[in-house]
Amino acid sequence: MSMMEIVKEQMIKHGVKDLKRLKVRVGELTAVEPEALQFCFEVYVKGTPMEGAALEIEEAPLMGRCVDCDEEFRMEYFLQACPRCEGGAVTKTTGHELDIVSMEAE
Amino acid sequence: MHDILIEEGVLAKNDGIAGENREMLRGRGIYSINMVSSPGSGKTSIIEKTAGLLDGLLRLAVIEGDIETDLDAERIRRHGVPAKQITTGRACHLDAHHVHHALPWLFEQDGIRLLIIENVGNMVCPAEYDLGEEMKVAVMSVAEGDDKPLKYPALFSASQALIINKTDLLPYTDFNMHRARENALRINPELKVFETSCTKGTGLQEWCGFLLSSAGAAAKAPVK
Repeated sequence: MSMMEIVKEQMIKHGVKDLKRLKVRVGELTAVEPEALQFCFEVYVKGTPMEGAALEIEEAPLMGRCVDCDEEFRMEYFLQACPRCEGGAVTKTTGHELDIVSMEAE
Repeated sequence: MHDILIEEGVLAKNDGIAGENREMLRGRGIYSINMVSSPGSGKTSIIEKTAGLLDGLLRLAVIEGDIETDLDAERIRRHGVPAKQITTGRACHLDAHHVHHALPWLFEQDGIRLLIIENVGNMVCPAEYDLGEEMKVAVMSVAEGDDKPLKYPALFSASQALIINKTDLLPYTDFNMHRARENALRINPELKVFETSCTKGTGLQEWCGFLLSSAGAAAKAPVK
């Protein structure tokens, strides 16, 4: 719902009425399931001027950077350990996103 | 056709209000925590015990989140602690807006130094919503199994402390405390872990000591 409010605000701001495509970014560490989001989007736009718009979901994997050796790696099973030096001090670089990236509209 | 770049967080509005809440609480010298767990892990019991142990040391108030009823707030009030119930209707979590609306009530209470927000029982969505708290505290109970941190990593990753409650049930389950701690620390090596039993009263002094020092340290930090 918050997502569609932002979309509507942006459409008004840019003076467009017909949404063609919406691109969002969903991190692995969020509580958002891409398939469920796709389903909700379709239900939401049905019967509105946005009907027929495509939702493109870019998934951001959970990535970490080792504080000790600077290795960037995929955090499999959310585990916080560097595969190169086995250090446990890791900064998460991606995976927490829930962003509206862009839209195409006319 | 217009290509419009937006790059806006879906939760940006929530996070903005959470930031305001944090500033308002800090400005009044109130330390705040957000307790998150699945339903029935013992959050309310832990708060009741905490109220007893902190009596005379630190004045606290509680904001209770539930889908329905104000049963939990009533339980807390019996200990002489001001409590405000928020019923979320169908929402499975509290958001910063809910808490924002409860702040005028909180600021009417006398001499409050600690705010405990008890979130709706749910380990998924509450992990995502910043309410403006200083610390997120995850609670899990022995009856839930020692693999809980691996199944709900987002919450354990977002929390600073973990309470493993109902340790009095250990003899009756195959829960392995060492494995539970290991699982939680693999997800988040920074977690401070406490083992408590509200029925036996064990581990709660350590938890309250930690809470007191966290609140005390925050009070000494310069107010922004």
